[in-house]
Amino acid sequence: MTSGKARLKSLPFGVGANSVGVEPVFLQSELRGKKLVLSARGDWVAAHANEIEPQVESALKKQTRVDQIEIDASKVKRVDTIGAWLIERLKRNWESGGAKAAIVGLDPRYKVLLDEVAASNRQPPVPPKRETPLADTLAYIGMSAAESWVDLKALMQFLGHVMVAAGRVLMRPWSFRFTSVVNQIDRVGFRAVPIIVLIMFLIGAILAQQGIFHFRRFGAETYVVDMVGILVLREVGVLIVSIMIAGRSGSAYTAELGSMKMREEIDALRVMGFDPVEVLILPRLIALIIAMPLLTFIGSMSGLFGGGLVTWLYGGMPPEVFIERLRDAISRSTFEVGMIKAPFMAFVIGLIACVEGLRVAGSAESLGEHTTASVVKAIFLVIVLDGLFAIFFAGIDM
Amino acid sequence: MAPAQENVISVRNLRVGFGQRDVLKDLDLDLKRGEILGFVGASGSGKSVLARTILGLLPKRAGTIEAFGRNLDQVGEEERQAIERRWGVLFQGGALFSSLTVRQNIQFTLRENLHMSQRLMDEIAAAKLEMVGLPPDTGAKLPAELSGGMVKRAALARSLALDPEIVFLDEPTSGLDPISAGDFDDLILALQQTLGLTVFMVTHDLDSLHTVCDRVAALSNGKVIAVGPIESLLESKDPWLQAYFHGKRGRSRMSGKKK
Ligand SMILES: Nc1ncnc2c1ncn2[C@@H]1O[C@H](COP(=O)(O)OP(=O)(O)OP(=O)(O)O)[C@@H](O)[C@H]1O
Ligand SMILES: [Mg+2]
Repeated sequence: MTSGKARLKSLPFGVGANSVGVEPVFLQSELRGKKLVLSARGDWVAAHANEIEPQVESALKKQTRVDQIEIDASKVKRVDTIGAWLIERLKRNWESGGAKAAIVGLDPRYKVLLDEVAASNRQPPVPPKRETPLADTLAYIGMSAAESWVDLKALMQFLGHVMVAAGRVLMRPWSFRFTSVVNQIDRVGFRAVPIIVLIMFLIGAILAQQGIFHFRRFGAETYVVDMVGILVLREVGVLIVSIMIAGRSGSAYTAELGSMKMREEIDALRVMGFDPVEVLILPRLIALIIAMPLLTFIGSMSGLFGGGLVTWLYGGMPPEVFIERLRDAISRSTFEVGMIKAPFMAFVIGLIACVEGLRVAGSAESLGEHTTASVVKAIFLVIVLDGLFAIFFAGIDM
Repeated sequence: MAPAQENVISVRNLRVGFGQRDVLKDLDLDLKRGEILGFVGASGSGKSVLARTILGLLPKRAGTIEAFGRNLDQVGEEERQAIERRWGVLFQGGALFSSLTVRQNIQFTLRENLHMSQRLMDEIAAAKLEMVGLPPDTGAKLPAELSGGMVKRAALARSLALDPEIVFLDEPTSGLDPISAGDFDDLILALQQTLGLTVFMVTHDLDSLHTVCDRVAALSNGKVIAVGPIESLLESKDPWLQAYFHGKRGRSRMSGKKK
């Protein structure tokens, strides 16, 4: 019927390379008159490649002035692609020296294979140029600097995009993805409660313990309440919650969006006429902005509770006294300062996470890289933002 | 005809399913040394599931699978790895490692299993690339930078890196232009002849079935309903096979051949 039917089938292949014993000598050279005869023997297969290759190379090194070479392969039992290539390499090297090389005695069934490898590797690819370590380092520093500018531009561009999408949703409120937001709030808010409560409880307790331990020397233990109250409500609560959320939810956002990007799901949305920012990113950002103040509140309360518990058990201050002092130590603005910061932190974390997610390209490695970048950048920016807020609130006497 | 009809893979009473549903029910199949077995079946009938079960990627509910005469349930860790080195797989989606270049993908098994010099590995990778019909500069590219057909070829080059005895090909020619698909068939044939390769090929490509497959097995309702040379399947009275081979597409191919 077709050429495909006429083929060699009765090949006496053993059940794998492993069944044959190791033969140490694969290649012997012998000068016969003006002709150099290289006799190959044994199994020229992948499993022996690391023994065959040195023998091929040493045969080439002994290159004497002959202009006729015969590669006698009649004793070769089996050949695979790697063996065939090594035979070809032998032949080719002699030929490049101007000699005539011929392969004789090879089992005809391997002819196709040999022809196949003979056609390949005609021009070896040039290896990529290597710079010196110093130049590499300098280039890396330069590129990172340029990169941060690109980062900033991307962030600004993305911010614009988000604003436009938000504006569009405001014009058409019925197109707002309410279910999606609720789902995201459940994921980033509700499910984060246990860990936030636990961490803030511990932080509050540690702060109180350290305060009591050091203030005791001045007889100023009662000021522990002031310290714990102000620190937890103003700074530590929102900071710790932000860092936790950047690590927990920011990374999840980046990984989700990144793998969607990799599998062209985002492109699919776009060609169906949806704006990925509106469908995927806005609900995530809004969910984070709603969840973060709530988490900050819960976290701060848990921190105060931890502090109170330690001042009672370790410092011997009854809970009524603790609450009394707390009422004097903090004002409403202390609480407000912490809470005002929370949505801004959420916005920054969400924005960074989404930008990094959308910048994932092709490979799994890139996904990992951007997820790391997302967390690191978000935490860094959260701390910078907190510093700016401190200056601002000091300026307005809050 | 070939005298040696040793089975390299033999599957008996295989049952595989997900949840409530059995995808494969009491399936029997033999793969003989040196043959190219075409495997056909409707989309979603369980062709990939069968391949993945033989490869040990999916658990089976019942039945036995033997490879190279060894029951895969009874082999130890080490022997299993030795067996795995003797087959190569081309996954339906390519499954190239996305963070490695094409060259590194091809060299991956060489590097892990054999102690070869870097130079030899580079040369082998270049030769394999050329064999599957990819230009040499493809080696330095990342999988994300390749077209769909190029991914198929690069994945084939990777599956052939260790010169395996069996290759499992899941729809190797889908997504290739007809000329490339034809070249691909020739390539499989050449490899089978030179390396004694045994090929298990899931395919919908009627041309591949006619030109390269020694035998064709048809899967329907979780069972192999027919297996044999393509001619015997063409003559089968089974309604599904009738529709498969004598439907509009099948007919146009047959009439094209007669001219
Ligand atoms: N991981 C899984 N979980 C649940 N069901 C699965 C899973 N993998 C496959 N299936 C089901 O098993 C059936 C067979 O799938 P399979 O991928 O083998 O199809 P196929 O024959 O290869 O089809 P195609 O020609 O489209 O590739 C399908 O109905 C699919 O829904
Ligand atoms: Mg499939």
